[in-house]
Amino acid sequence: MAAVAVVSAKTTVMNNVEAVRATLYDALKADERTLIIGEDVGARGNVFLITKDFVQEFGERRVIDTPIAEASIVGIAVGMAMEGLRPIAEIQFADFIYPSFNQIVGEAAKIRYRSNGEYTCPLVIRTPYGGGVRGALSHSVSIEALFYHVPGLKIVAPAFPADVKGLLNTAIDDPDPVLFLEHKKTYRLIKGDVPTGHYTIPLGKANVLNEGTQLTVVSYGLYVHWALEAAQQLANEGFAVEVIDLRSIRPMDKTTILNSVEKTRKLLIIHEDNKFGGIGAEISAMVAEEALFSLDAPIRRLCGPDVPAMGYALPLEEEFMTTPAQMADAMREMVKF
Amino acid sequence: MASTDFATGTLERHGLSDEQLRAIFRNMLLQRQLDNRGFQLNRQGKVPFALGSEGHEALQAGAAMAFNRGRDLLAPYYRDLGLCLGIGLSAYEIMLSIFARAADHNGGRQFPNHYSSKAAGLMSFSSILAAHLPHAVGAAYALKYRGETGRAVLATCGDGTTSEGEWHESMNFAAIHRLPFVMLVENNEWAISTPITKQMAEPEIWKRAAGYGIPGRRFNGFDPIETYAAVHEAMDRARNGGGPTLIEGTCYRYLAHSTDDNDMTYRTREIVLERRKQDPVPAFEALLLEHEILRAGDVEEMRKGVLRETNEATDAAEAQPYPTSADLYVHVHEGAWQPWQS
Amino acid sequence: MATTITMPQLGETVTEGTVAQWLKSVGESVDKYEDFVEVSTDKVNAGVPSPVTGTIRELLVKEGETVATGTPIAVIDEAGAAAVAAPPAQTPSATSSQTPAQGPSGNGASSIAASPAVRRLAREHHVDIRTIKGSGANGRVTADDILAATHAGASTAPSGAAAPAPAAAPPSPPASPTVVPGATRTSTYAQPIPGTFVPLSQARRIIAERMVESRHTAPHAWSMVEIDVTDVWQWRLREKDRFERESGYKLTLLPFFIRAVVQALAAFPLMNAKFAAASSSTQPGIQVSDEVNIGIAIGLAANLIVPVIKHADKLSVKGIAIAAGELIDKARRGKLGVDELAGGTFTVNNNGANGSWASAPIINAGQAGIVTMEAVVKKLVVRDDDSIAIRRMMNSCLSLDHRVVDGYVASGFLAELKRRLESMGPQGEF
Repeated sequence: MAAVAVVSAKTTVMNNVEAVRATLYDALKADERTLIIGEDVGARGNVFLITKDFVQEFGERRVIDTPIAEASIVGIAVGMAMEGLRPIAEIQFADFIYPSFNQIVGEAAKIRYRSNGEYTCPLVIRTPYGGGVRGALSHSVSIEALFYHVPGLKIVAPAFPADVKGLLNTAIDDPDPVLFLEHKKTYRLIKGDVPTGHYTIPLGKANVLNEGTQLTVVSYGLYVHWALEAAQQLANEGFAVEVIDLRSIRPMDKTTILNSVEKTRKLLIIHEDNKFGGIGAEISAMVAEEALFSLDAPIRRLCGPDVPAMGYALPLEEEFMTTPAQMADAMREMVKF
Repeated sequence: MASTDFATGTLERHGLSDEQLRAIFRNMLLQRQLDNRGFQLNRQGKVPFALGSEGHEALQAGAAMAFNRGRDLLAPYYRDLGLCLGIGLSAYEIMLSIFARAADHNGGRQFPNHYSSKAAGLMSFSSILAAHLPHAVGAAYALKYRGETGRAVLATCGDGTTSEGEWHESMNFAAIHRLPFVMLVENNEWAISTPITKQMAEPEIWKRAAGYGIPGRRFNGFDPIETYAAVHEAMDRARNGGGPTLIEGTCYRYLAHSTDDNDMTYRTREIVLERRKQDPVPAFEALLLEHEILRAGDVEEMRKGVLRETNEATDAAEAQPYPTSADLYVHVHEGAWQPWQS
Repeated sequence: MATTITMPQLGETVTEGTVAQWLKSVGESVDKYEDFVEVSTDKVNAGVPSPVTGTIRELLVKEGETVATGTPIAVIDEAGAAAVAAPPAQTPSATSSQTPAQGPSGNGASSIAASPAVRRLAREHHVDIRTIKGSGANGRVTADDILAATHAGASTAPSGAAAPAPAAAPPSPPASPTVVPGATRTSTYAQPIPGTFVPLSQARRIIAERMVESRHTAPHAWSMVEIDVTDVWQWRLREKDRFERESGYKLTLLPFFIRAVVQALAAFPLMNAKFAAASSSTQPGIQVSDEVNIGIAIGLAANLIVPVIKHADKLSVKGIAIAAGELIDKARRGKLGVDELAGGTFTVNNNGANGSWASAPIINAGQAGIVTMEAVVKKLVVRDDDSIAIRRMMNSCLSLDHRVVDGYVASGFLAELKRRLESMGPQGEF
């Protein structure tokens, strides 16, 4: 595992939703300036029960149920941050984030820059994203490509519970705005060991999950887990595939990717989000710019189709999502190329 | 002006001293002078853009007088030159912004008129109307959160901004949580080329307060004393836990929206001249002379002083260096974060 | 349908071309845009891409033969016509997101699209890709194949597959040493065998002709100065590491020297001129150039090549260093274009690498002079005040066309060059 500074060697097994919950709880307990603001986060305890009972413990003052008004959920949190609080804003589903686009991109990301450092915006915006849960058009989208373009923003998308905790702690401590993406399908599906005690994982550091010599696979979110499955399949067939979990979308880890590509000379990027202009495009460009003469095959991107969303009907969702078997096919073709 | 009781001939000052009244007047003069200086520099080719606030002088000077320096926070918009001067910004800081120098609070990054000063409690804002209002509400929430009574946020905007969704969202949230927040609408009747009649069916903006369950009030923005009274009442209510108020000050925008606007394409010279009869600067001058709070000689002195202050500020700011090209790259984040991190 | 390919015109005033090397043989398949022949004109070898996908039916010109522009040189049967014993091209495997790169059409000995890694490894390890049997998809030669070959020492052994290229082809222009198929070694210019006859390549033939023309047309005179380069050497050392790191090129004394040359030419424009003989319509005269395009003479194993830094007077030392670096790199890889070799107005020859103290170069035909940098040597010198010091000294020799300039101008030019170079460094605006 990559750099994880742990306070104690003890761990607990948690799933991703429990990891978010535990981290938020600890953050509110530790720092009087932190608070949570969003829809249904108080009495309802969040639609996934992440903040269940928080309002009872921390009070309505610190766990704020807002009206249905996404733009001002973020905007009010920006103002709180400018005035010295440490708000953790929630957008209930990433699909609802569009009304707050200006507050995120035009305001939060630019507060420090436009005031030449006089004002800062230590804000975290958490939101569940991603499909595979029969969420249809408005509960399944991936939004990272819309935001990763923006200087002044940081974006993380952890796939494992230990990373969720470490990166959320880092995001909360960060003096600048961070968009924290939680793949909703991994909420209960993915369990793992989470070290107890407070620790952080630095931004901009990917994690090599599975070492290999014949192909580099870069992914993030739910698909990291499918990619690992596919890599295991290939291992059974005698091929050594290296799987890298990005974890951090902006900033993104250049060194880990390039070191891997130097070694394997082949790069496959897998992400759920639409292909055109997705994260894979930036990775491809960077590798082509910096490691062209290490490549023994064209860079390949295995991504979501370029359609507006996955549909509610099962065949539509299945067509949109990529399965481990499909990932294994792509990996196999590349190692054999 | 409504401040004079016609029966007794006494001036209703709402507690303002002679000195304060004179300070209000000087602020109005300085605002007009600095405003004009921006246009002069633009016509000289020294600055590419200027945006004026003629017509708002009484409203902004009166409101500033109700602001507690060092305690209250201000979330203004880009036509609030006089208000920012009134809460403590210097003419020099104004000119640094106009000239976009490195020493400017924003390092020359923002358009002029987008003032910002942490020291003065002036919150940084962008050109996007209404985007600053949720920030003001969030800041008000922070004041209440920390139990800081005696402090409030004065947010301002023009009539145009009240059409934005975030205006509504901000008012709503402030009202729900009874925040120490005052929404001061400077209704100058124009949103660039759009008159009130095309912006809203109900032309009196203060009436929306009822919809939020909060007090609302309209006042004559050409009268700085009446303005002071209205703003003072609202700010005190907010500081003492009484929750938000929506106050609307009527005034007029005598100039075009900015140097990039030609207002003769949407209104006539005659209309503007007619409204000039309400010009608050000569009106307040006349009032102060009438009540012998100022003498004619004082006014002359004051004008000269204001011109001198403006000239000194202009020269000092112009002499300052621009930001360097290397300055483009700083303050994106705290620390050196590149999109591709090595 | 048969497509006839004719000798292309590579360069504005070119009227003929020589088939330097056939890259395909009769019966071999070729893709549209794939190079199928190398043609040479002057000193440039250019690959000619096929206009169609198909099979080589006929090669009409022999290697080494020169024909006029427009002469038919080959016939290609377009694909879809009656097949000529070539295996069908592989179709891309159907995948959801993209088609993988086309592999070669199955005979294993030719690699159409060698990946960047394969090319680099082949270059670094001096392996001829065409001799490697590919283990990748559709017979593609992979990077691992190259590495395996280097470990097995197989770079000089011909592959087991049918060798398509005719044997005894003379080596093509400068790149890594070419593998010569066949059991016996041919005597070449780069590696001559005593007692043998070495045929001239196109490039060497042209060099011979040009040298004769220059020597016999321009009356050559010669002069030399000794230059104290101690300070500019220091400057070079200051800038060297950062420059090499940033640009990837080495930093020698050459760009500094060229800068001084450019300044001296500005003072003596006759050195940047050429003699224009009388013609039917004009008097004889001296054409003084308004551009300063400095040729840098580069000696390679089998060739002498002079790429040109255009508008060197508009470049800083750093700019010259980068331009020179790029040209030298391209020259070594045989990648210079025709326009990079044309238009020179003055030439610099960095001759000192092997310790030469003086040389009398032959002027590049069409110019008025050529100046050298000889070896930089530490010497004991006596200064003006009679003190003795150890200084780095470098001779610079000038061959001049005495129809254009006399000793007065030539020595003035050299004196100015010396003065300029001696006033550079130990630091400055790079």
